[in-house]
Amino acid sequence: MSAAEVWTLSAAEVWALAPYLALAGGIALLLLAVAALRSHRLAFWGAIATLAIPLAFVPTALGGGTQIVDDVLEIDGYALFFFVLFSLAAIATAVLSARYLGSRATHRQEFYLLLTTATLGAAVTAGASHFATFLMGLEVLSISLYAMIAYPEEGHPPLEAAAKYLILSGAASSTMLFGMALIYATSGSLNFEAAGDIAAGERNVLVLGQAMLLVGVFFKLSLVPFHMWTPDVYQGAPAPVTGFVATVSKGAVFAVLLRYAIDADLLSSPAVGIVIAVIAVLSMVVGNILALLQTNLKRLLAYSSIAHLGYLMIALVVAGTAAGRALGVESGLFYVAGYFLMTLAAFGVVTVLSNETDDADQISGYDGLLWRRPAIAAVLAAAALALAGIPLTVGFFAKFYLVAAGVGNAAWGLVWALIVGSAIGIYYYLRIVFAMTKRPEDDRPLEARRAPWEGLATVVLLGVLIVLLGIYPSPVIELIRELGGP
Amino acid sequence: MILFVVILALLAAGVVAWASERLSKDAPRLVSIVAFGAGLIWSAALWLDGADAGGLYAAMDWPWIARFGIHLALEMDGLSLLMVALTMFLGIVAVVSSWDEIESGHGFFQFNILWVMAGVVGVFTAMDLLLFFFFWEVMLIPMYLLIAIWGHEEKAYASMKFFLFTQISGLLMLFAILALVYVHHGATGEITFSYKALLGTEIDPRIATWLMLGFFVAFATKLPSVPVHTWLPDAHTQAPTAGSVILAGILLKTGAYGIIRFAVPLFPEASADFALWAMLLGTVSILYGGAMAFSQSDFKRLVAYSSIAHMGFILLGVYAFNELGMQGAIVTMVAHGFSTAALFMMAGAIQQRLHTREMSEMGGLWTHAPRMGTMTLFFVIASVGMPGLGNFVGEFLALLGAFQENWLMAVVATAGIVVAAVYGLYLMQRSFQGTPNPDIASMRDFGLREMSVMAAMMAGLVWVGIYPQHVLELSNATIQTLGVLP
Repeated sequence: MSAAEVWTLSAAEVWALAPYLALAGGIALLLLAVAALRSHRLAFWGAIATLAIPLAFVPTALGGGTQIVDDVLEIDGYALFFFVLFSLAAIATAVLSARYLGSRATHRQEFYLLLTTATLGAAVTAGASHFATFLMGLEVLSISLYAMIAYPEEGHPPLEAAAKYLILSGAASSTMLFGMALIYATSGSLNFEAAGDIAAGERNVLVLGQAMLLVGVFFKLSLVPFHMWTPDVYQGAPAPVTGFVATVSKGAVFAVLLRYAIDADLLSSPAVGIVIAVIAVLSMVVGNILALLQTNLKRLLAYSSIAHLGYLMIALVVAGTAAGRALGVESGLFYVAGYFLMTLAAFGVVTVLSNETDDADQISGYDGLLWRRPAIAAVLAAAALALAGIPLTVGFFAKFYLVAAGVGNAAWGLVWALIVGSAIGIYYYLRIVFAMTKRPEDDRPLEARRAPWEGLATVVLLGVLIVLLGIYPSPVIELIRELGGP
Repeated sequence: MILFVVILALLAAGVVAWASERLSKDAPRLVSIVAFGAGLIWSAALWLDGADAGGLYAAMDWPWIARFGIHLALEMDGLSLLMVALTMFLGIVAVVSSWDEIESGHGFFQFNILWVMAGVVGVFTAMDLLLFFFFWEVMLIPMYLLIAIWGHEEKAYASMKFFLFTQISGLLMLFAILALVYVHHGATGEITFSYKALLGTEIDPRIATWLMLGFFVAFATKLPSVPVHTWLPDAHTQAPTAGSVILAGILLKTGAYGIIRFAVPLFPEASADFALWAMLLGTVSILYGGAMAFSQSDFKRLVAYSSIAHMGFILLGVYAFNELGMQGAIVTMVAHGFSTAALFMMAGAIQQRLHTREMSEMGGLWTHAPRMGTMTLFFVIASVGMPGLGNFVGEFLALLGAFQENWLMAVVATAGIVVAAVYGLYLMQRSFQGTPNPDIASMRDFGLREMSVMAAMMAGLVWVGIYPQHVLELSNATIQTLGVLP
């Protein structure tokens, strides 16, 4: 639009924006409320309401069809799908964090504020169709995350993790920003679609810009070789926050990457496709092999997430081709949804089992859990088997979807890497299950305190969803198909 | 629909059995026995009722995952009925054989047995390739848990090895299934996993060979055949008695069933070209299994290796590509189910009484336990291939079929029967005859419970041995409809 045009919002655009506006408004109210009255109960329920109320506006927003608000936000079924996913994940994180942080921080109120702003940032990132919203959403998300990771007052690891994440993430963001500048220099527009219109002969600078953009994105997705920060941050961050970083932060970056890849026709340069494929295979192989060596559950999940994001790149590569677009996007969304469930369940179990000071992150600490806490052990087993891709769990259909997409587009190399990666993965996921089934040799208590009921309810719900969608995934598949791609 | 109800009933019985643990330690076992007993009566009723015009005893077809044309399609023809009836029967045997062996976790133990069997019934009736794969994996986890939790000294190693072998070969099959569907989609434009729709798919011969191998490797691993047999001696030896009974009696048969139902009919030409190699593998398995069995000092391990030899006859018979051979393979599946289950039950009973599986520490057991001695002698003789008992009919027919196809292979394989006599009598002699070991003061003989199960298995073997017509009629109906024979 030209500068002379008056900026107006149509009613349809307002309705499309309503979930985002409600979330932002809720955050403002929450901020005031926390400033006025330092009550944990108020902050907690305020955060839950802030995250839940916007969901009520989603059906109307969906009904209005795709709305491109002022060129910068594209609010379609795709963006709203992620909006709902992030909000639900944030609610789960809030519930899990409440008791966990109680013994680790004097004031927990601001945590909920950070959690909601992070969610807003993620939601905006997923709806971005313009570099301005891309960067703004991503930075709102990242800056909230730095503080969330460092939130516990006692202990060195959270601070170390936050510092590492701050410095490396900042470096990645600036690389990304430089890439955006180069893309802008070629296309003269910050809009995603503009890059797709550049003629093949004039693409040299564009490709350089896109390469720098991808480096930043891959860093945030922790793909090999930009994965070094992942295990340390996963281990050092408080367990519920790790779950949030692993799901919402990566989900948002994947959402915007997929949209950019389609809008800007990223894979029209064969070199980019090859680079993505190589990085995907490397992530699957390196992630799975390094996970074999871990004795710390959080680190193990960190390496496993590297591999999982590698698998997810199959969806990107397939969606980047014109023929495979629909199937690629579908498989990507389904995989993300499944990955959210299993990852949140796994970190939820770690959170629920953690005591006042230490996280329950040693795998040896899980020995015999099945006999002491059958419900929690069953959830962790379901999550581990889902991550391994065993049937009866959502993880199977998620992988199946990716393999089907890969086979349908003859991406044989990637499919083979997925199969080899899964085969390696079985070993370390099964080790968790095996540890839990060990007979208790003595009466050594694993955890002194009882699991909080609300945390237990959350992880059990996640476990039930993992199994339900593993038996009958059709509702989610149909929903994703109706929503359509970016 | 009845088939689905039966599978659900077994799954539900598993949950009930687990929950009933609170009542008494006998309650879970009774739930299992009632469930398998009802299943056995149901399959007998189906058999007496007779098949419909299409040779089916029961069938159903519901949509499951519409996106990929995956159906909940179950069908029971003669072969399926035979296998399901055997499954139900051996379910009871498994429960009885572990009556005194399991010391803790009674409910969860029965839960796992019932869930394995539910998966097995699904495998024997599935008419949709993905559904088949789904059930193929459903049997895996509970079986893994049976070995990992209630197994003997080396259970961690054995259960992991079992899982990895089965799962990795299963992934190859999944890949082959997807590739087959992809080829079918390319030819017809329709995405379907339906067995019947995929049967006539035209495939490029070179691709067909690879896909056939994908299926074959999965089934040969389960069967098992040399060279992918190495999981079996460990898994069998370390499993609790019920686990060994299920593994040997039923799970190995799923491999044979898969070859007969899927690997050969889906790729008739590729299988015909491969037949010589498969027969060679069968012959090598017979001789190698026999030789290895002879050199064991562990009662259970000896029986485990003998299974490899017996399964070789199945490969030999099926890939002879004639009616005799196929019939022989199917009869062997049934007869081996009885005879090996009985021998494993015996091994478990001895281990429980003497706390050893080493034959060097046995000797002269007949004086203490004449009933056990008689039973062992009977089943050793049966598995050696004494005319008049089931195994003889099966192996004789398989050899006859193989002789028509390749006389040299048949002659060499016949030597396997001689080897069987050697290791069978060696087993008998080392354990039950000779000078009694002075350390064994006394040993409890079989009681009514064990003897009634043994008598039922004896009756089964005699029935198949003297009047094999019933089994042959059931299997013949299937062989004709499979249409793989020239």
